[in-house]
Amino acid sequence: MASKLQAASLFDPAIFWRASIDALIKLDPRKLVRNPVIFVTEIVAAVVTAIFVREFVTGSGDPAFSGQIAAWLWFTVLFANFAEAVAEGRGKAQAATLRGMRSNVMAKRLAVPGIVDEAVEHIAADELRIGDIVLVEAGDLIPADGEIVEGVATVNEAAITGESAPVIREAGGDRSAVTGGTTVVSDWVKVKVTAEAGSTFLDRMIALVEGAERQKTPNELALSILLSGMTLIFLIAVATLWGLAGYSGTELSLTVLIALLVTLIPTTIGGLLSAIGIAGMDRLIRFNVIATSGRAVEAAGDVDTLLLDKTGTITFGNRQATEIIPVAGVQEKEAVEAAWLASLADETAEGRSIVSLAQEKYNLSATAKSNDMKLIVFSASTRLSGVDVGGHKLRKGAVDAVLKFCANEGNKTEPANFRGAVDRIAQSGGTPLALADGARLLGVIHLKDVVKGEIKERFGELRRMGIRTVMVTGDNPVTAAAIASEAGVDDFIAEATPEDKLRYIREQQANGRLIAMCGDGTNDAPALAQADVGVAMQTGTQAAREAGNMVDLDSNPTKLIEVVEIGKQLLMTRGSLTTFSIANDVAKYFAIIPALFVVTYPELQALNVMHLATPKSAILSAVIFNALIIIALIPLALRGVQYRSAGAASLLRRNLLIYGLGGILLPFAGIKLVDLTVAVLGLA
Amino acid sequence: MFVHLRPAFVLLILMTVLTGICYPLAVTGVAQAVMPAQANGSLILRGDQIVGSELIGQNFTSDRYFRARLSATVAPDPKDDTKTIDAPYNAANSSGSNFGPLSKKLIDRIKADAEQLAKESGGKRLPADAVTASASGLDPHISPAYAALQVARVAGARGLPIERVAQLVAEHTEGRFLGVFGELRVNVLKLNLALDRSKP
Amino acid sequence: MTAIGWLQIGILFALVLVCVKPLGGYMARVFQGERTPLTIVLGPIERGFYRLAGVDPAKEQGWFAYTVAMIVFNAAGFLLLYLILRLQGFFPLNPQGFSAVAPDLAFNTAISFVTNTNWQAYGGETTMSHFAQMTGLTVQNFLSAATGIALAIAFVRAFARSGAAYVGNFWVDMTRATLYVLLPFSVIVALAFVASGLPQTLLASVDVKTLEGAAQTIAIGPVASQEAIKQLGTNGGGFFNVNSAHPFENPNAISNLISIWAMLAISASLPYTFGKMAGDTRQGWALLLAMLVILVAGVGIAYWAEAGGNPAFAAFGIDPSSGNLEGKEVRFGVVMSALYAAVTTGLSCGAVNAMHDSFTPLAGMIPLIMIKLGEVLPGGVGSGLYGMLIFAILAVFIAGLMVGRTPEYLGKKIEAREMKLAMFAVLILPLCILGFSAAAANLPFALESLANNGPHGLSEILYAYSSATGNNGSAFAGLSANTKWYNTTLGISMLLGRFAYIVPMMAIAGSLAAKKRSPASAGTFPTHTPLFVGLLIGVILIVGGLQFFPALALGPIVEHLLMLAGKTF
Repeated sequence: MASKLQAASLFDPAIFWRASIDALIKLDPRKLVRNPVIFVTEIVAAVVTAIFVREFVTGSGDPAFSGQIAAWLWFTVLFANFAEAVAEGRGKAQAATLRGMRSNVMAKRLAVPGIVDEAVEHIAADELRIGDIVLVEAGDLIPADGEIVEGVATVNEAAITGESAPVIREAGGDRSAVTGGTTVVSDWVKVKVTAEAGSTFLDRMIALVEGAERQKTPNELALSILLSGMTLIFLIAVATLWGLAGYSGTELSLTVLIALLVTLIPTTIGGLLSAIGIAGMDRLIRFNVIATSGRAVEAAGDVDTLLLDKTGTITFGNRQATEIIPVAGVQEKEAVEAAWLASLADETAEGRSIVSLAQEKYNLSATAKSNDMKLIVFSASTRLSGVDVGGHKLRKGAVDAVLKFCANEGNKTEPANFRGAVDRIAQSGGTPLALADGARLLGVIHLKDVVKGEIKERFGELRRMGIRTVMVTGDNPVTAAAIASEAGVDDFIAEATPEDKLRYIREQQANGRLIAMCGDGTNDAPALAQADVGVAMQTGTQAAREAGNMVDLDSNPTKLIEVVEIGKQLLMTRGSLTTFSIANDVAKYFAIIPALFVVTYPELQALNVMHLATPKSAILSAVIFNALIIIALIPLALRGVQYRSAGAASLLRRNLLIYGLGGILLPFAGIKLVDLTVAVLGLA
Repeated sequence: MFVHLRPAFVLLILMTVLTGICYPLAVTGVAQAVMPAQANGSLILRGDQIVGSELIGQNFTSDRYFRARLSATVAPDPKDDTKTIDAPYNAANSSGSNFGPLSKKLIDRIKADAEQLAKESGGKRLPADAVTASASGLDPHISPAYAALQVARVAGARGLPIERVAQLVAEHTEGRFLGVFGELRVNVLKLNLALDRSKP
Repeated sequence: MTAIGWLQIGILFALVLVCVKPLGGYMARVFQGERTPLTIVLGPIERGFYRLAGVDPAKEQGWFAYTVAMIVFNAAGFLLLYLILRLQGFFPLNPQGFSAVAPDLAFNTAISFVTNTNWQAYGGETTMSHFAQMTGLTVQNFLSAATGIALAIAFVRAFARSGAAYVGNFWVDMTRATLYVLLPFSVIVALAFVASGLPQTLLASVDVKTLEGAAQTIAIGPVASQEAIKQLGTNGGGFFNVNSAHPFENPNAISNLISIWAMLAISASLPYTFGKMAGDTRQGWALLLAMLVILVAGVGIAYWAEAGGNPAFAAFGIDPSSGNLEGKEVRFGVVMSALYAAVTTGLSCGAVNAMHDSFTPLAGMIPLIMIKLGEVLPGGVGSGLYGMLIFAILAVFIAGLMVGRTPEYLGKKIEAREMKLAMFAVLILPLCILGFSAAAANLPFALESLANNGPHGLSEILYAYSSATGNNGSAFAGLSANTKWYNTTLGISMLLGRFAYIVPMMAIAGSLAAKKRSPASAGTFPTHTPLFVGLLIGVILIVGGLQFFPALALGPIVEHLLMLAGKTF
């Protein structure tokens, strides 16, 4: 999957400078209060700064020490702000690109809606109101989101999707929606405006990409509560330590108590939490999927069941001919030739597949069309198509229709192996087409729904992740079962109506399962709205796009799988860094506690397992490590932890080992390293 | 909340009658009927005189008796009842010393006792229970090692052969329950009673 | 440490594990209202109680009504106990003629027994009449334990049910816990205790003329019946001042074995009950395993430290082979004392058979840590299970995301509301323990109560507030806690430690019960595997324990280092 909206590299200089400035702007306590852990850090940083100033002015205490602590506390806050700003910055860069497309467009509004070829008035696009009807001709930018009420046109939607090949949009049906900012390439359409300036799809997309509408997702909120709770607990532990130290006559300075507090509270995850969330949305955008809320991305990780349309997702959208079976007494060559001739003029995908089958598998060399060919076009009443050529009436079509045709031509008997072949094809999930030359039955064409090559493996992966796949199809149960087993889905809904889908989703949800689905038609809208994750296709109707909580700009239903993976990766990153952050505390205690009390109790030096140089360097090193680890983890927070599709047990084992055990051990080495540097530089 | 008042008070009264009166009285009835010796405190009679409980230690100061462990129990000071005086093996008020491991008082006490006992031990290492206070202040037992340490002194004071006293100690050394649980120990009161029996 | 020492520890745990399945399964039947062999006898009594109390056993309560009922019941219990203590001079069965218990001590003691703490700022044999011991203290031993079990069962139902508005009926759960679980087992254990040597009489004392001719007054009384429920209900409030170190409470290895078994039995079996009721016993075993791993580690450290003894003693020519015997009984030695200490504090029992105050520093730290970890190893009857479930929720929340799903435990999503309530519950412990300790450590009148100087004095303070807040009840008993300051602040700690924890816990139960239970799949966070057990242990130690590290460093840890350096205070 190529990235369409090019992602800026992690430390693109433009983003870097922009983020550095934003990090300073974000120091505003009114904004920072949304992030309690970092807010507390900012408050104590201010306190230590005041202490530094007092010590510096009065010449008391140790201003060199409190000054450095104050500086590193500010860095801790800034690094956290920077992480968020970088994550936002990447979105902002994309938003700027999008905004460029929304130049001032003039619209041609029909003065009297509904009357064709009436005079148009030229007004600015942002003056359009819902319900206005505009004329858009070849070369025009479509001025606003809307529904085509009349006409057919090819539209270049590259502005939104990045896809340069134009698509066809027409009135009525599931291809009637157009998006403001896209260009009509040929023909003309009349469009009924469905969104006013400021709330168009492009506007919403810009807002989402920028993160302006970002609200904490439910899990993020719960996690913030945990982090605030832990901050409070450590606040109690550190505040009371002053009293407990008083028992042994140890005077602890506010500076060192604050240093202890900041190293213990979960600043790492606190600082990176919102960056992780923004980066998750960002990853989706780079997959050309726009989520209307972070909640949807989170829900994607939780999905238990994927509802997948058979056509286009599990199978290549169209049935293909795979075999031509002659009946007894007919040469294969004759049957193949007849099939080929009957399909030559058939422009449907099925017809073309018969032609190519005849040419490729049966080595039929193409010969020019005869002039005396008379095409018989498929019609819903006859359910036949074919050609009259040289006295032959070649027909192909549904079995009963062809049998009826033969009967009319005077033949009511079926050759010996005809029914057997038909049944065999039907049993295998295929569609049999009968082939006749006038009254004579020639054979059966096997049309098959071809399952996509790699799809079975993907479903296997999903199953390992604990996700069930359910195929939705209009086919009859026999056909559906055959394809389901070939594709390896866990379940299927045959002869499905939109109501069936909705009912199935409700049933699953009643049992506590979360459902994801994708759809494009207006009749998909209720199910899209009901599903926990509803991915609407960009090519779909306006109703579908409004009902879903994600829009896939590529209109590729297979992408549902990636969406789920991105959701999982987001949650995994959040969990891994939380675990890492909390596990870090062990080492920090071993750095700071002996440093605080070694004067009163020299024996506590035994706890200084890292052999840090002096009490001051130990405290300073812990604070520095605590700040630097945020910077060090920004790439991981933005990229996400490495994702593998595996069962929960093996994921947990792996991540617990890396981020749990690693989180305990790494700071020992890290703090020691910082301490060595601090000692070499003579900072403390 | 008021709907809960009736069940709360009624059930509280019923439960008090059941678990606070019926239960202990029933257990008392059965215990007194079936196991009166234990139920009344495992008392030891000499003639018709109660000389103690085999479970409760006594204070022995005479050289003629095996000494029990240090006891940290106290009693109200008869002269000033806001204060207490040392009263070893006060079975009406059990107590340990509650000295922490770094207590200077503890270390000094052990040092003094150890120096005193070193004269008796003839240079051998002293058993820990000889210089430490028990948890209850009423520990009826000492270790076989502490008993062994005292054999010569008791034998000398009573004019008994050392072997005879050592044999009594061996007879009164109690093993582990099922050979596994608890520690080897000597019941001081029972041992001293046996001494009195063998030579008053 | 000796092989026979470890054998004693091993057999004891084996005896406990053997009863987990039958006892846990029995309790599941009891609380699901199924028939049990005892129904034929107890059924009529149970129904009679409901009729008199106006309780409809079929009518269930939501979490709020359940909690209010529990609080009203406990408040009534507090009131009755307080009155009995204050008025004991007017009641019969007072052979020693004790007068009223002082108001602050009566307040402290009543709270102490209602909250299942059984902190004793008094010496039983010198303060309480038989009437007060039986109708006051013993009754609350039953009822506070039954309350704990009932609450745990309500919490379990929150997981077992899906989309439910009700969590059970408090009156029914409490009555059944008393009648079907605590009472029958107490009768059996009490008689076993008498057989092993515990007295059971209504006399107050026996006067003895010792071999040396001195007068000795031996306090006695209905000991066995109170001991049985004290152990089974993880109450820990002894008949005598020195609790189970007293030869009448715990005369020998057999009674000691029964004591430890009895205090562990119900708490160790409740996780199985949880698994059974929630439909997956592996979940229960996982919780129990996590509990026991930390507990056994604690036993091991305490045993190791005590067996090593005090190096200062060895310097005076004292044989170190029997370990540190100051404050211990010869019949128990270091093994049974260390085992008892770790178990009684891993549970919220608080009975002691040795003086924790006189333990070597690291051995004394074990009980302190066990309590600070939240009394979940395996904790008090009921309270241990719901405490552990809160930890499981926290563990799932912190690490659960790592499998790529939002956290859920047993199919119930853990969301902001549960987290808010859980954090509120978790805050109580550091707030009371560290807050009051820091205050006491700087108040001259509070410091007067200390029996020891140096870091050990700080440990005594920390232990007192830990014990009270954790509803344990054991002590570094040198602390003279019968003062207005300690009676009051410890009373508050006990109240908050019990009820300020229960209310949010029950609110979580209500919120979880209402949630749909989603089915498990390969993508579900596995909560029955050894890996989860390891994670849970990590969360208990890091989230539950790390906050206390500075306090421990200034108490037992530095004391240990000072001991090695040969310092005294």
